[in-house]
Amino acid sequence: MNSYLIRMTVPWLCPFLLVMSIWILLRGHNAPGGGFIGGLVAAAAIAFWCFARGVEDAKRWMRVSPLHLMIAGVSTALISGLMPMFAGKPMLTALWHKVEVPLLGKLPLGTPILFDIGVFFAVVGVTTSILFSLEEFELWNRSGPS
Amino acid sequence: MNLLVLPVMIPLITALLLLFCQKNRRLAQIVSTIGAFSLPAVGLLILSRVHEEGIQVIHMGSWQAPFGITLVADYLSALMLSVCGLVGAAVAVFALKEDMNLSREGVFFPLLHALLMGVNGSFLAGDMFNLYVWFEVMLISSFVLLSLGKTNAQLLASIKYVALNLVSSAIFLTGLGLLYGKTGTLNMADLAVQLQNTESTVLLTSTALFFLVAFSIKAACFPFFFWLPPAYPAAPAPIAAIFSGLLTKVGVYALFRTFTLIFNQDTAIFQPILYWMAILTMVTGVLGAVAQMDIKKILSYHIISQIGYMIIGLALATKLALAGAIFYLVHHIVVKTNLFLLAGAIEKSGGTNDLKKLGGYYKGYPLLAVMFLVPALSLAGIPPLSGFFSKLFLIRASLENGDMFMAFMALAVGVFTLISMTKIWMEAFWKKGVGENERRPAKIKRLDLTVTMPIAVLAVVTVVIGFSAGHVFHFAELAAEQLIAPQMYIDAVMGGNAR
Repeated sequence: MNSYLIRMTVPWLCPFLLVMSIWILLRGHNAPGGGFIGGLVAAAAIAFWCFARGVEDAKRWMRVSPLHLMIAGVSTALISGLMPMFAGKPMLTALWHKVEVPLLGKLPLGTPILFDIGVFFAVVGVTTSILFSLEEFELWNRSGPS
Repeated sequence: MNLLVLPVMIPLITALLLLFCQKNRRLAQIVSTIGAFSLPAVGLLILSRVHEEGIQVIHMGSWQAPFGITLVADYLSALMLSVCGLVGAAVAVFALKEDMNLSREGVFFPLLHALLMGVNGSFLAGDMFNLYVWFEVMLISSFVLLSLGKTNAQLLASIKYVALNLVSSAIFLTGLGLLYGKTGTLNMADLAVQLQNTESTVLLTSTALFFLVAFSIKAACFPFFFWLPPAYPAAPAPIAAIFSGLLTKVGVYALFRTFTLIFNQDTAIFQPILYWMAILTMVTGVLGAVAQMDIKKILSYHIISQIGYMIIGLALATKLALAGAIFYLVHHIVVKTNLFLLAGAIEKSGGTNDLKKLGGYYKGYPLLAVMFLVPALSLAGIPPLSGFFSKLFLIRASLENGDMFMAFMALAVGVFTLISMTKIWMEAFWKKGVGENERRPAKIKRLDLTVTMPIAVLAVVTVVIGFSAGHVFHFAELAAEQLIAPQMYIDAVMGGNAR
């Protein structure tokens, strides 16, 4: 997709997509949304960047490798699942804690949101790593092994 | 009560840690070994807990059955967890010094633990959909493991393996959809309650057939076994060993679980199907092995024939038969993994698995010969090794049912198994090796302790199972009792929530 217009709009559009993905992630507790869909939206932003500006540029923009995102995501979800075990409850039981946050008031923070964040990163990691592999395979096919 | 989570969580945590320490091979080896060795320990702990307190249940996230995710361990699950943990640990040690090429991308050990997670999860799942998810976890890791070496044979085998297993998963999922549409639940215990007094036997039978076919493909039963013989020999030694020990047996476990707990109302319809499936699986497997001249291929065909023996237990569905089949399952996992490890050891030292090119191991490497003799004779059913007792119980069960034909077939297949094992023995161990003469035994590369140790330990376990057959059979009997009377399972899971 070699279009000047798209290449120029992508840096403006993708951050919006990322913000939206976080919004979807956070509203997911009681409304449609959540870590999985949010993660897919975030991955779509990266995919968009990748198609417009190439794999290398997308990798630079992401800064972290997909594999690390994946590991971090699964670890986060795992920790949120293990936390209740230390409180003597079955694994994955939701633990809630009210936190006073300036401007926002009292926020209930619990392990489900941590789990969702973990899912978010795992999904972003898996999707982008598949995407990058496929794109690199395309390039390899077109130009032969470098 | 969180104990039941450990068989799933330990491999997951180990796999994650292994991904973190990809650069440091030494550290990765240590982490992998610790993770692998804690599995049999946890398995035995669960077994002792089940023995003391009855069936163990945990409702994830405190959501009660039938709504939440339930993990259940009865005797069968606990036995399987312990044995599979043992085998997993043996393979993890065997693979320590494996060719760097295998773990080039640092994914071999993480995938091995992911596979163990899937296997353990399948044994614990108290919910049909979770069983499906764990199957997928197991299969996806196995797809990658099978194609890791990237040789042509491996890729060819992987394509068959992947395609057939995806078909099986699709059939499984269709069955799940039908079941859910019919009953509105997928919790196994709840399903058992719902289906106990259902009128529409036609729908029930058709749904059950979906599961029968799906699990038979995974277990490599008679008409669906053709993916197995090309797949396993293509894989590198440790991978072939863990596949042969665990993957098909998870299919057998799923058959046992569903057809004793959920579809137990009209066994009359399935008994003839299972009966002929068992016999044909035994016979085709063992006849297929006779024609082969490659150690791993012979062993692969024998997996199929042994699966037939286990299905006998389900086909007869008496307490003795089920107990015999569970005993067989335990014995088979240990012995089969050991034989595949041995095939790997022979390949490592002799460079090939082709019986025509091998030879001289009896003089050249007596230790390996002794270690081969134990599982091979056990597989063929020579007393006092574990294989003898497992066959004894099954044949006695079929005789008690007045079924001479089944007993005869089981014995005949045993003889053919012995023939195959003797073939390996004569060709690889007794025959003169390349460049061997009276004074100088064949030159055979010595193996590392990490290779011989797991084989020796599993051989000892085989002997121990044989000598303490009474104790092991006692546990198998307890497991069979729970399978025969599913009400215990239902009560444990549903508590007061039975609708």
